[in-house]
Amino acid sequence: MIRIVNLQKAFGENAVLCGVNLTIERGETMVVIGQSGSGKSVLLKHLIGLLKPDAGEVYIDGVEITRLGEDDLQGTIRKFGMLFQGAALFDSMTVAENVRFGLDRYTRFTEAEIRRAVAESLAVVGLGNVENLMPHELSGGMKKRVGLARAIAYRPEIMLYDEPSTGIDPIRADAINELINKLKKEMRVTSVVITHDMVSSYKIADKIAMLYQGRIIEVGTPEEIQKSANPVIQQFIHGQAAGPIRTF
Amino acid sequence: MASLFRNDLVLGAFEELGEVGLLFLKTLKNLFRRPREHKILIQQLEEIGVRSFPVVSLTAAFGGLVFGLQTYIGFHRYIGPGSEAYGGPIISLGLSKELIPILVGLMVSGRVGSSMAAEIGTMKITEQIDALFSLGANPVRYLVVPRTLASFFMLPCLTLYGDIIGITCGYFYNVVLMDVNRVIYLQNTLRYLELWDVASGLIKAAVFGVVIAVVGCWQGLKAEGGAEGVGRATTRTVVVASISILILNFFLSKALPATLRG
Repeated sequence: MIRIVNLQKAFGENAVLCGVNLTIERGETMVVIGQSGSGKSVLLKHLIGLLKPDAGEVYIDGVEITRLGEDDLQGTIRKFGMLFQGAALFDSMTVAENVRFGLDRYTRFTEAEIRRAVAESLAVVGLGNVENLMPHELSGGMKKRVGLARAIAYRPEIMLYDEPSTGIDPIRADAINELINKLKKEMRVTSVVITHDMVSSYKIADKIAMLYQGRIIEVGTPEEIQKSANPVIQQFIHGQAAGPIRTF
Repeated sequence: MASLFRNDLVLGAFEELGEVGLLFLKTLKNLFRRPREHKILIQQLEEIGVRSFPVVSLTAAFGGLVFGLQTYIGFHRYIGPGSEAYGGPIISLGLSKELIPILVGLMVSGRVGSSMAAEIGTMKITEQIDALFSLGANPVRYLVVPRTLASFFMLPCLTLYGDIIGITCGYFYNVVLMDVNRVIYLQNTLRYLELWDVASGLIKAAVFGVVIAVVGCWQGLKAEGGAEGVGRATTRTVVVASISILILNFFLSKALPATLRG
């Protein structure tokens, strides 16, 4: 279970998170929606220890991680797999080397087992015969899928997705959504998805949380969010320029 | 207002000094921790060492030639014809203690330090450093330690190689081109040049190697703002590393004993 308590973070004068509270149950898919620049990625990076908060706590299965040292944190990070917005593939490595990176560090697999795990992870995301390609030889959608294969290769308990459908066409975005649902079903992972794509949100979410002005203003099932009386949520989910959210 | 500006400048300088100092300490802390990144260390030994040989060869050759030329002119003009052969030890000492370590340091900071900043800076802005962290690799252990170790070992090697090239070129200019007495030139060089002169240059080179790698990695790790940020990190690496080398060289020359002979 992930529990975020009163999380606060500012960059200089710019307060990004102003007391975020959120609980994500084991096996649940929580989608965090919000405008671009509202601090969704900043929130996600706090869960894995990539950023340290100014105040507040993050509990992963009961362990408070914000005050852990680098070495202690590594044990907790092992539970996470993360799909980055731009895939963040290591561009000096082949696809196979990218996918096996976490396996080399997190498991004691033999060389044959690692090769098999790499092939299996690539098969899960629907890729074959790409092991020896370099990242610059892949399309945007393929990069995202390799990034996903890399993140799931060592079977993490919690998956973090940063804008999984951004930068790819709607059909490939839907394929990624299917994959997220498939991973949840087959691997029983807890998922936190950051997006502003409402079509994806409705398809994959058990719960949706809206981040606005540094706080979570509402949490609910997709149906509850769609029926919300909050004008901020209604403006956002319907993508309207007019409303309480200032566009410029 | 002016004093505010000065305070900001001073604070900024101390902040940066603190950042780079902290990275150096983290590098030392991670030096002996596992997993060791042998593959990257070997890649970096090749990148910093083997691929720098051409530029070091040229720099040392022309450094040796011009130093030989000016020493010849100096002896010929101020002491008189025939005294040029006494320039041998001066050329060898000047090259091995000062000129070659500095030239190698500056060349490597331009070629390798900037490339470290560009590579790590690009990794930073494309979230590859975050990906390393999320996949269980400590970025300091994975990126900074192998580069610092490789630079620490390869700079003295390159300097020793540069010493040989430079001293040979100084000899070539004086003895072969200007017909200076070969026996006196060599006798004086061997009599007055100590092993310590060469060794102290190598010690300096090792220090310069650490400075180049730590500054390059530090600038790369703090790069932000896209391609412009990476470009800025690259330029700053060359400027900061070059100035640090020149300043450190003076203090090392003062701190290291001039001779080990009683």
